[in-house]
Amino acid sequence: MTKTFPNDIQNVDVVVLGAGPAGVAASKAASQEGAKVIIIDENASAGGQIYRAPPNEFQPHNSFKSPEFQEGEKQRKILSNSNVKTLFNHRVWSISSDLVISTIGANGLGSLHPKSIIIANGALERIIPFPGWTLPGVIGLAASTILLKSQFVIPGQSTVVAGCGPLLIAVAYGIIKSGGKVSAIIDLNGQLDWMKVSPKLLSRPDQLLKGMNWFATIKKAGVKQYNRYTVTNARQVGNMLRVSIAPINSKGLILGSKKQTFVEGECLTIGHGLFPSTEITRLLNAKHIYDTLKGGWVPVIDNYFRSSIPGVYIAGDATGISGAFSAVQKGRIAGITAVRDLNMMSQQNFEAKVKSERNMLKKNENFGKAAVSLMSLKPELINIITSETIVCRCEDVSRSEIDEAISSGARDMNQLKAWTRCGMGPCQGRTCSDAIEAILASKLGSRELAGQWTGRTPLRPMPIDEIIGEYSYDDIPIPEAAPL
Amino acid sequence: MNKELTNKNNLRVAENRVVRKAYATVNIDGCEVKAPVGEILAVTLFVNRKLTLKYSSRNKEPRGFFCLMGSCQECLVQVNNRIVPSCQMVVEEGIIINTGINK
Repeated sequence: MTKTFPNDIQNVDVVVLGAGPAGVAASKAASQEGAKVIIIDENASAGGQIYRAPPNEFQPHNSFKSPEFQEGEKQRKILSNSNVKTLFNHRVWSISSDLVISTIGANGLGSLHPKSIIIANGALERIIPFPGWTLPGVIGLAASTILLKSQFVIPGQSTVVAGCGPLLIAVAYGIIKSGGKVSAIIDLNGQLDWMKVSPKLLSRPDQLLKGMNWFATIKKAGVKQYNRYTVTNARQVGNMLRVSIAPINSKGLILGSKKQTFVEGECLTIGHGLFPSTEITRLLNAKHIYDTLKGGWVPVIDNYFRSSIPGVYIAGDATGISGAFSAVQKGRIAGITAVRDLNMMSQQNFEAKVKSERNMLKKNENFGKAAVSLMSLKPELINIITSETIVCRCEDVSRSEIDEAISSGARDMNQLKAWTRCGMGPCQGRTCSDAIEAILASKLGSRELAGQWTGRTPLRPMPIDEIIGEYSYDDIPIPEAAPL
Repeated sequence: MNKELTNKNNLRVAENRVVRKAYATVNIDGCEVKAPVGEILAVTLFVNRKLTLKYSSRNKEPRGFFCLMGSCQECLVQVNNRIVPSCQMVVEEGIIINTGINK
């Protein structure tokens, strides 16, 4: 009884995983050099999370079209005008060591057998747990951007916007622009922290101007801003969330108890920065290093975005957080390198094209890195995770259970997982890995000592009937009965 | 439309700024609700103030959508009797949604 996939695709040079800005750029660059390219994404169209497309049935008026919407439309047009084949609404649930990619879509299971893979699966949002973060109505900042940009929905009648980095300001601005009310902004950074990065943001004056417009709109709306404050607790009071906040120092340590206060909102949206998504590179056993300046664990790459695994390339924020602009150059270099390595373009042509991308990459990376410095994890912030706080949401594992396992001798992330079940649930640890690594690293001395969870399939939960598929009982081989 | 699921405080941006071309009727926990075709199901539930979508596996605590991008798996509901992340589904005519897994 062998199950054959109805959707096997054999004849392909490069498969690009993820259709955000990096993936779109990589697939187009590789395709332009003559490679047969397929791009896969979970979503219905290209854009990733930053340029996430609204449904086809939604049409914003011209005056309500954001620059991100317009950039997304541009990228979607670039892709549809190219020779790149698209596989939208498809999830990748496994990749084997010989680079066979297993997918699931509306027509069931499928597989692709490319010569090379470019991973452009972007970033995940870091949210350091606190009592009340599991309450319905508490959502990520990235979730709010999807609500605002692709659904045209505000997160609540009133919303507390908390965390750090550009996303904090983007979400607050988006809510106001959409006609909603921001109760308060709780910013881990102080005004001085923002000032410090602004010279670096000058590498993209257009974007600096956009950011200043965001700040001006927020100020004009009279939103109360708490700088160098953290959320410490959220409680449901009637229809509202009562959010306790406390002042912190530059390392994230809560200062005394005097100025502690609370704010209220129907929704609390919170995010503590982004970190690169390593689920696929961990699954493939690629080499990784921990780099705070890149947002966390990143796969080791060379100057051309080759990973430690032959035939596997990484592009975009998955190589280190530096934003959507630099993702384009990262994607292009990864795309043409993959084609060059397949001997489908001349060395001369290759070098000329890579060279033309490098300057822009540097400029855009500088801009992105300034933003990253506002999003890097403040080491003492993990103190908001009280002992009774649920850290792993899937398996309901509390901080005290994690602390107990560490003091009993759990010496790396995998041991911690085996002992407490943290990270063992359906999210595969995507939601809690960074916080748990931070807790373990604070005890062991470094992230390197804490390590990372081993990558496991399925990358996304799979319906068991899809894996089994349809079969006839006649297909089951019945051994011949032994003679009596 | 059932009274329990009316949303007098509409969270959807007004139609004079965004045109939603078509509407469909979906069934949420036994109540018929009109929702824009193509809207993410988790968002439809959210707008209709169905904040609790499931209960956690061990402590049975209420949970709602959190990441909205297919990562966290907190928005699992039953759609036409199959358990799915509601952030990965969109509104279509006649679908039947049941919340409260693990209750």
